Formats: sequence, C-alpha cells, structure tokens
Amino acid sequence: MSKKNLSLSTQQKVRKSLSSRYKKETLFQYFGLSSLSVGIIFLVIFFYSVLSQGFSAFTQTYISLKVDFSDNLVVKNNKIDSIDSNFDAIIRSALRERFPEVNNRRDRRELYKLISIGAVYQLIDHLDMSPGDVGSREILSFPTSSDVDMYVKGNIDRKLDESKRTISNNQMMWIDELVEKGEIKMKFNSALFSNGDSREPELAGIYSALKGSFLMLFITLIVSFPVGIAAAIYLEEFAPKNKISDLIEVNINNLAAVPSIVFGLLGLAVFINWFGIPRSSPLVGGLVLSLLTLPVIIISSRAAITAIPPSIKEAALGVGASHMQVVAHHILPLAFPGMLTGAIIGMSRALGESAPLLMIGMVAFIVDIPSVITDPSSALPVQIYLWADSPERAFAERTSAAIIILLGFLLTMNLLAIYLRKKFERKW
Amino acid sequence: MTARDNIEDIETIGNPNVENPFISAKNVNVHYGDNHAIKDVSLQIAKNQVIALIGPSGCGKSTFIRCINRMNDTIDIAKITGKISLDGEDIYSKELDPVILRARVGMVFQKPNPFPKSIYDNVAYGPKIHGLAKDRNELDEIVANSLQKAGLYEEVSDRLDESGLSLSGGQQQRLCIARTIAVNPEVILMDEPCSALDPIATARIENLIDELSEKFSIVIVTHSMQQAARVSQRVAYFHLGRLVEVDDTEKVFTNPSHILTQDYITGRIG
Ligand SMILES: Nc1ncnc2c1ncn2[C@@H]1O[C@H](COP(=O)(O)OP(=O)(O)OP(=O)(O)O)[C@@H](O)[C@H]1O
Ligand SMILES: [Mg+2]
Repeated sequence: MSKKNLSLSTQQKVRKSLSSRYKKETLFQYFGLSSLSVGIIFLVIFFYSVLSQGFSAFTQTYISLKVDFSDNLVVKNNKIDSIDSNFDAIIRSALRERFPEVNNRRDRRELYKLISIGAVYQLIDHLDMSPGDVGSREILSFPTSSDVDMYVKGNIDRKLDESKRTISNNQMMWIDELVEKGEIKMKFNSALFSNGDSREPELAGIYSALKGSFLMLFITLIVSFPVGIAAAIYLEEFAPKNKISDLIEVNINNLAAVPSIVFGLLGLAVFINWFGIPRSSPLVGGLVLSLLTLPVIIISSRAAITAIPPSIKEAALGVGASHMQVVAHHILPLAFPGMLTGAIIGMSRALGESAPLLMIGMVAFIVDIPSVITDPSSALPVQIYLWADSPERAFAERTSAAIIILLGFLLTMNLLAIYLRKKFERKW
Repeated sequence: MTARDNIEDIETIGNPNVENPFISAKNVNVHYGDNHAIKDVSLQIAKNQVIALIGPSGCGKSTFIRCINRMNDTIDIAKITGKISLDGEDIYSKELDPVILRARVGMVFQKPNPFPKSIYDNVAYGPKIHGLAKDRNELDEIVANSLQKAGLYEEVSDRLDESGLSLSGGQQQRLCIARTIAVNPEVILMDEPCSALDPIATARIENLIDELSEKFSIVIVTHSMQQAARVSQRVAYFHLGRLVEVDDTEKVFTNPSHILTQDYITGRIG
C-alpha cells in the first residue's frame, strides 16, 4: 500500500515538473529561432545589396556603327600594318557619318567620347579574324565609354545640372536617338572576365586578380596542407610530452590569433628581402598565406586526431602494428575528413585576406595577366579594395560584381569541402 | 577478520610458480600517477595452459594482462617496474621490439574495438601487416578460418565487406577474437571475451580456448566463476592490486585458502 503511494507521488511530481520542463524547451527553441532569423535577415540584406548593385556590371552597352575599311588602313605584305594604320580615324569617321549634323570641333570631341578607347582593340581583333573585310563597309558594334554605359543603365540622373553630370546634354541627346533607333545593345561584359585591371572602367576586368588568387591558393594548399598535417601528426603521436612541446603548442595557438598584417611584414622581411622572391607575385603571396593557414590546419588536424577513440589505436597496436602503421592505416584515414575541413576553412580565410598582401606589394595596378607564379599579379580581395576606392560610378558596380565572384569562389570551395568530406567518410 | 582488512603485506598464497614457465612476472608494480594499481605481483604461466584471473572490479586484472604485451606503454601516466619475461626473454628490455612482442602475444580487449573497416579487413589486418599470406587466396582462407573458429562465420559470410561497426555487440566481440587469432599468436590475453555473448556463443569460445590451449598459453580474465572453472587449469585471485591466491582451479574453487578468496567465490564480495 505504502509502496503504491510512493510511486503515485513520484508520478505526480514528474507530472508537475513536466510543464515547466517543456516551457524551458519551447523558450530555448524560440531563442534559437530568433537568433537564426537575425542572421538570415542580415545575410539577405547583404546579398540583396551586392547582387542588385553588381549584376548590371555583367552587361556592357554597345553602339552599332557602319565602319568604312577602305580608308585609313595601310596594308604591307598582305597584312594590315597596325602602326601606320589609323584605327581611331576609322571609328571617328563612322561616328561623324552617323551624326552628320555635328560639325563644330567641340561637339565632335564630345561625340568621339561616346565610344570606349578600347574599341580600337576590338577593331584590330576584327580585322585579324576577317582580313577580307578590308575595302568594304561593315556594321560592327563597339563598347561605349563607362559614362554612356552608366547613363544607359539609368545610373545617371538626367534632371541634374549639366555641370554636375559626367555626360553632356548633347551626348544625352545622341544616345537617346541611338536607343530609339535600336542602335544601342546590351551585351555580356566579357571584358570583366578576360581583362586585367584598367583605368577605364569599361576595360577593367578581374581576370588578373582571379588568376592571381587561384595561383596563390594553389601554393598555399600545397605548402600548408602537407606541412600542417605532418606537424599535427608529429605533435599528437610522436613528440615527447614535455615543457618544449607544451611551449610549441602554446605558440601555435597564439600564431592562429596573430593579426594577419604581421604575417605580411614577416613575408616582406623573409621571402622578399632575404630569399629575393619577386614582389607582388603569387608565389610570395601564397607563402605568406601559408603562414596564415598553417596554424589553423595544425589545430584542426590535431583536434581530428584526438577525436579518434584510443581503442582503435590499441586494437592496431594489439595485433602488432608499428606506430607508423597505426598512423598510416588508421589515424590518418580517420582524421582526414576533419583535416580537410580545417584546410578548407583555412583556405577560405586565406582567400579573403587582403591585409598581408598590402605588405608584399600586391596592392598594385596590375594590367597583365600572370602566367607563372613569379609574375606580378593582384588578388580578388585586393581588386575589390582598389575598385571600391575609385571614384567612378562604374567602378562601384564592378566592385559589387567582384564581390559576387569572390562569393562564388568561396561557395564552390565550401561545396567541394563538403563533397570531399562525405566521400572520404564513406570510404569503407 | 584481520586477514580481510590487512591486505597490505600479504604474501601470495598457493603456487605462483610452475615448472616450465613460458611467461614469468616477478615483483611487478604498476602506478597510474599516484594510483598504485598492481602491487608486487609475481606469477608464472606455463605453456599449453589456461589461467583465469578473477577478482572484484577495479582490482587490476586488466592492468596486469596489459603489462604482458606492453599495452600500458600507450598510457603516459602508467609506470611499470619489476620484470616480465616471455620464453626467457625480458620483454621490457631495450632490445625487444614491442611490435614483435605483440605479434607473439595477442590480446582481446575488454571493450570490443573493431576497426571502422569492413569485417574482412578487420580480420585480414594483422596477417597483412605481418605478411603472413602469400596471396589473396591464402588471406581469404585465414580470414574465413579465423571467423569460423570465433563462431562468427555463418552469420557474416555473405557480408564480409560490410563495416565491422554494423555488427551487434556480441558479434563485435567475436570479430575481435577472430582478428586476434588470425595472427596466430603464441599467447592470447583475453579480457572478459564472453561478457556480451549468449550461452551458445560462449560455449563456442570456450571450445576455442580448449583447442588453442593445446598449443598456446591463454590468460583469461572473467567474472564468471563457472567459466573459470570450465576453461582454466589454474586460477589467480586479485584483490586491490594484490595477487592474493593462485592455485589449481579445482583447489581454488573447492578449498580456497585465503579468506578473501573464499568470500569472493562464495559471493560475499565483488
Ligand atoms: N588508463 C588508466 N589511467 C588511470 N588509471 C587507470 C587506468 N586504467 C585503470 N586504472 C586504474 O587502475 C585500477 C585497476 O583497473 P583495472 O582496469 O586493471 O581493473 P579490472 O580488474 O580490470 O576491473 P574490471 O573487472 O572492472 O575490468 C583501477 O583503480 C583503475 O582506476
Ligand atoms: Mg578490466
């Protein structure tokens, strides 16, 4: 009887406490949900502002013009002589022909400014591709200057006073006419992906920076991943546990928190001044970023190794595996997904770094595309910084576009990390 | 009553020594930091013999058998003193390679610890690293044979490439036994090998122990008096790190000398 009472009262106690327990759980869930929403809202705002600003940079305005290849071209040995030929004049005469009413010199100069100075290269490329066009008349489309591009994209307020606009009343009139007649087209902005940096926004591209970043990450990966894993395995498995190894451990943890600009200074002193590696090159950039990534990889690799239950190690030792065999056959494969995750996190951080690159001369105006790792090059975040610093409205658009590309790069890397982790986890 | 309380300076009762010792431990002490887990234990083990270690939980049975294949080397805080020899060779001498020792002295751990690999690879791992099989066929044979002896083959023969971790606890225990015998060791240390097995599987393992003891030495830790009585020729009773009594199995179970041994096997402690 008394036993029954006791169990009843236990049940009642449980019942009583139950509602408050559930209340706590619900409260916690709401708390988690609201923190998540705050995070997502900021993310959406960020993506919206970057995407809405940056997407227009992926298109470029073109003007269709009828050009006359019978004049101004000098042909020597069946080839067009690019020194004696006057390509500028071809474009100018095409513009004059299109707008015959413009005849004073000042207005004509304004007229010529509609077309990008890069249009000349397009003309040269066209003649290289189809030399048979010499002597005939062709309709070609040329990229406009960035001011025209901005105007067509609606980024310039036409109600503003003429002196406050980068585009004159006359130019506005001509463009409006061209738009009306359908002689203005929007095309994919391939220059953004195939050119290096330029002072002219419509010619500026991120290819140099993209390739620079890619080469740099490649060097970072091949330097810091093997070194980091080897260091982690040595520290976890072989290093004697004493004061010295404790000191090393503390230092590695410290290194992960050192401001990245310090690594840049170190790179300047060691890699450039001492080893004589060329400034602004992906090689020196990659080495500096390796220093930055190394502690991250070591720490995460060590964590991955410690997470392996010691019973696995004992099992292998128990059947007579040597220490090195235990490491190679069991510890490394089991810890590898964790090591990989650490490496990708480190690499993502390296991809976004710009401060240390300031110190080694990568914040430079680089027009050429790097072809080897010792060529001067730029990097994505540095390019973003440089463009964000430029006053032209067209560069603001390109800054956002570069951010979109950087984010795409990061997303690809992280997806790759997830894919590789899944793949290695299912190995056996 | 005094004998129960005053175990700090007791001598081992019975016959710790044998005529032709294969394993011989002399004055072995183990410290885990400040914890003195094995206190001055001397014990000899003959070839072709099964010795059962019994005693209450935490008395140092696992610690003692882990000294015999130097498994305690992996525990940083463990300090081992005294002398243990295998076939006349000091196993803690500098010249002796623990890799060779562990190939000769196999171990089945208290907690099943299969590798996160396939069932096949679990058993094949030892033979592979020691180069015991000439080719794949021979390896297949060793694996099948070992699984058969451990009484697991029928259950897993059609899924050898599945993960060892997908097996039940008892199956994992038998997998670990198969992995140990695949290397063909001369001594097998078994730490409660049947703790998760049903009576049928237990009977199979006990048969295996009988069979193996024709050639090899076996040290088995068990909490089952019946099992100790069934499989062993000698029994050693440990208490709080001391070897209290060791003698022929029949003698210990029918006529234990020490009061602690009596208490334990009659169920008053442990
Ligand atoms: N890795 C370790 N580190 C520190 N102390 C340990 C370690 N392993 C065992 N000990 C201690 O050594 C003593 C003996 O433990 P041991 O595992 O040998 O007991 P046991 O007789 O095998 O017990 P059980 O029957 O429960 O398995 C215990 O006091 C335990 O706390
Ligand atoms: Mg134990």
